[in-house]
Amino acid sequence: MATVDLDNIKKRFGTTEVIKGVSLSVQDGEFIVIVGPSGCGKSTLLRMVAGLETITEGELRINGVRANDREPMDRDIAMVFQNYALYPHMSVAQNMGYGLKIAGLPKPEIAAKVAEAAKLLQLTDLLDRKPKQLSGGQRQRVAMGRAIVREPSVFLFDEPLSNLDAKLRVQMRLEIRELQSKLGITSLYVTHDQVEAMTMADRMIVMNAGVTEQIGTPLDVYERPETLFAAQFIGSPSMNVIKAEGRDGAFYLGGMVLPNPTGVEGPVMLGLRPEHLVPDPEGPIEMQVLLAEPLGANTLLHGKLATGTGFTASLPGVHRVMSGEGALRLTIEARNMHLFDAETGRRLG
Amino acid sequence: MEKRVTFKGWLLPLCLIAPQVVISAVFFFYPAGQAVWQSLFIPDPFGLSSRFVGLGNFEYLLGDPYYRSAFVTTAIFSTLVTLTAMVPALFLAVLADRLVKSAGVYRTLLIWPYAVAPAVAGVLWLFMFNTRVGVVAWYLGQLGYDWNHVLNEGEAMGLVVVASSWGRISYNFLFFFAALQAVPRSIIEAAAIDGARFWRRFFTIVLPLLSPTTFFLLVVNVVYAFFETFGVIHTITSGGPQQATTILVYKVFSDGFVGQDLGSSAAQSVILLVVVGLLTVVQFKFVEKRVHY
Repeated sequence: MATVDLDNIKKRFGTTEVIKGVSLSVQDGEFIVIVGPSGCGKSTLLRMVAGLETITEGELRINGVRANDREPMDRDIAMVFQNYALYPHMSVAQNMGYGLKIAGLPKPEIAAKVAEAAKLLQLTDLLDRKPKQLSGGQRQRVAMGRAIVREPSVFLFDEPLSNLDAKLRVQMRLEIRELQSKLGITSLYVTHDQVEAMTMADRMIVMNAGVTEQIGTPLDVYERPETLFAAQFIGSPSMNVIKAEGRDGAFYLGGMVLPNPTGVEGPVMLGLRPEHLVPDPEGPIEMQVLLAEPLGANTLLHGKLATGTGFTASLPGVHRVMSGEGALRLTIEARNMHLFDAETGRRLG
Repeated sequence: MEKRVTFKGWLLPLCLIAPQVVISAVFFFYPAGQAVWQSLFIPDPFGLSSRFVGLGNFEYLLGDPYYRSAFVTTAIFSTLVTLTAMVPALFLAVLADRLVKSAGVYRTLLIWPYAVAPAVAGVLWLFMFNTRVGVVAWYLGQLGYDWNHVLNEGEAMGLVVVASSWGRISYNFLFFFAALQAVPRSIIEAAAIDGARFWRRFFTIVLPLLSPTTFFLLVVNVVYAFFETFGVIHTITSGGPQQATTILVYKVFSDGFVGQDLGSSAAQSVILLVVVGLLTVVQFKFVEKRVHY
């Protein structure tokens, strides 16, 4: 139905540059998640696509047509807001039908479309209620309904799940994804939650401080993070990063020596995901365990290395390691080691 | 959770409510009681004695065409004042709300008229429209319009309405502006994405969300028009010409303190009290039902 192209989009507030050039081509029907910490500019980027913020520089194309100067209503988009932004004085049906009413559709047609969307979202029994009589999850659905009745080319989601409790969030995550693939509408979805990004995205764009750190499928980003930031932001618990020295075909960190199949010399940042660490009495990594967090399926062990660097390991099953029990020896496969430039944070090899 | 405080003795709670009770007693219950009492008597022309007449004063008033016309005048006057004070205030607030830069300056300037006392505002407008020396009257004369609110009843009414509303616009502006600022941005943005342009958004989304504020201001402005406009009317027209601007509260004053008919004046203030009480009840009962959240 629609493609969206961002061509070196920039945003300045006064002299402060908050988006420093983002480029992205969204395919028709693709679900793109924009993920990053708060203040990274992800919401601003989405609002620029929506037309709620002006684009300082660069070009936005929807369906190949420049849309920079179009009003939000002329962009053929629909947006779901973090606080849902339902009209408090209108019923659910009126909320969903508002856009159609503005568009001048005849009443029976509006009613039919609203009824259809309500059925899809299991809102049929709630059509006469006011937003304040609904639960968080129901309001979320109404906001979705308001977006889909207009059959837009592009869906924009601005952290739509962050006001819901954890269990509902998991459920709505699935519902949104299901609905989107059923309708096949191109979507941009902003979140700070890397789990949402991993589970929902066709492709994700990891942002930090107004800069694109990486664009790729969730597994791409997880398996081959392009930057130190992307490496640490994606994955839970986050990746261990240790300063190491590449010398003579090995990495030296404190008193520990790790194999170095890449042959990189000099100072590097070594990234080791907690879940890739394996207990091994002969292992090269020695960790002082300070705290264990049993999660049932796996156990998180927090502690530090001999160098004093904080370190986390995630081991399958239950490990009854008590604090102060002493050293735990671990190993890691060479293919699971990520190398980053100590200066730029860019991936090496 | 119960948050009420329970007192053990009765002395402390009594002391705490005493100031409010004393003020109400001295400035409301006592004079209101006096008015009710006096409304039952007719004083002699020299004010030396008075005669009990029961409801005679009320009977006379209700049959008095001047009094009935004062009712109509009050209805017209308070409707016009409320509208003139609220509609431009809302409009200005909407414009100020759209400002990004120097909104504070506009806000401050728009609030200033509220600092002017009603009687002073009355004199100000009187000077501007004075038939001999008034600037505005002179300009109107240049344009071929012969302004004379001393003789023309409609012009007199127009002038007192404008003079009474002028300062209130600031007051109403302040409330509307605050209410507009409190409308969540995202709701406006959602409406914009839904395709509603500015004025459509204003009438279908913003105005309904402002209804609690609008309702509050409606009550406050009607009460203002009924009572507090006395100073303006007294300075500009003194109720004239031909009683065209004599509203109920002005008639209470002129019959009582100019005409020295204290009995009738007291009866009028009792009626006024009941009217305003009823009006407020009606407003809360019927208008509030249409107020959202």
